[in-house]
Amino acid sequence: MAWTNDEMCRIAADMEIRDGLFVNLGIGMPTNIPNYIPTHIKVCFQSENGMLGMGPFPYPGEEDADLINAGKQTITSLPESSFFDSASSFAMIRGGHVDLTILGALEVSHNGDLANWAVPGKMIKGMGGAMDLVANIKRVVVLMSHNSKDGSPKLVDKCSLPLTGAGVVDRVITELGVFDIRDNKMYLVKKPNDVSFEEIVNKSSAQVVDNVG
Amino acid sequence: MTQIYQTAYEAIRDVIKDDMLIHAGGFGLCGIPENLISAIAKSGAKNLTIVSNNCGVDDFGLGILLQNGQIKKMISSYVGENKLFEQKYLDGSLELELNPQGTLAERIRAGGAGIPAFYTKTGVGTMVADGKEVKEFDGQKYIMERGIFADLAIIKGDKADKFGNVIYNKTARNFNPMMATAAKITICEVEEIVEIGKLDPDNIHTPAIFIHRLVQGKNYEKRIEKVTNRHPAACT
Repeated sequence: MAWTNDEMCRIAADMEIRDGLFVNLGIGMPTNIPNYIPTHIKVCFQSENGMLGMGPFPYPGEEDADLINAGKQTITSLPESSFFDSASSFAMIRGGHVDLTILGALEVSHNGDLANWAVPGKMIKGMGGAMDLVANIKRVVVLMSHNSKDGSPKLVDKCSLPLTGAGVVDRVITELGVFDIRDNKMYLVKKPNDVSFEEIVNKSSAQVVDNVG
Repeated sequence: MTQIYQTAYEAIRDVIKDDMLIHAGGFGLCGIPENLISAIAKSGAKNLTIVSNNCGVDDFGLGILLQNGQIKKMISSYVGENKLFEQKYLDGSLELELNPQGTLAERIRAGGAGIPAFYTKTGVGTMVADGKEVKEFDGQKYIMERGIFADLAIIKGDKADKFGNVIYNKTARNFNPMMATAAKITICEVEEIVEIGKLDPDNIHTPAIFIHRLVQGKNYEKRIEKVTNRHPAACT
């Protein structure tokens, strides 16, 4: 059986989160990753709207309208938190000081191109901070569903949608597997026990190589 | 020197005009100049080009000016929270220039800092690079982006002293400090104006030189877009 969203987040936490990292999490599924980080591992979350050291969501009744994350959700601060303006925030990102970003996508190609901000004629929400994040952060990991709602593949040989970044993605995690991107190929490194390699290949149009243990 | 006004409308009345380029502070609904936005709505000024990270929601923040038909063009990084915006853009009645958020932040900072243009890796290989100069430094491509200096900036702070020094609160800071520096006229609304000497000089976020007009705002709604909670562990 394919992994659940919770299992995907736990795998992302296990495989990517290391002690001492500064991490930026994209809106949607990645915001659940902190729930799966063991308490002895200390990471620091950067929120691109101007905060370092993002705390958990507040208890009901303790929300502060002046304290939100990049997805506009209410959050809390920690003793080690700091606040700064948006230019300083993106200087932190663009200047190479953030170690890792985990975000969602509409399409990822096997040479690491990422599309996640527009569907021409239908959805034009805007790129927000995504282009800055993927162009300038050393390690970029995508956490997403393997296929769109209509069944089309999201791991593709070439992105059909407007790009967020070219050649930027290092790893993709879907409900069907973990894929490392290098040499213009996707290397499957981990998959759910009873999902076959054939099923993964059939549901992708990218070139996938079986590299599981 | 900073002039203090009694109401947001009085602060804006003799400077707001049609066709202006306006910086509006805030991230989503956080740190938005609520009173100054209402004042612009009241003025009826139209054909405005507004630089702001977002466009509020349908019935609050900059969404009010959108509903009134006062906005000709937005320069923003994300407009997804506003259904009317998407509709007006897709049917051609609203111009939109999307900038990556970091590029937008730096364009405003550069505009206020006398930097006419800068280079950034953000957007290389995407539509953002279309029509722009691309230059290589140390084997890496960068896009040239221009600074933005506006006719007017409307911003929101937490406290100001009567000299015009401003401090912000938490993530309500966001675009406000850069915008304060990057306009011919900057009008700042704050929740409280205090006596000179009450703010610590070491902890001033925006020095008074940038604040032309100051007003203490009233009746802040401070709406929260996405109330998100964690829940205490259930007891069994």
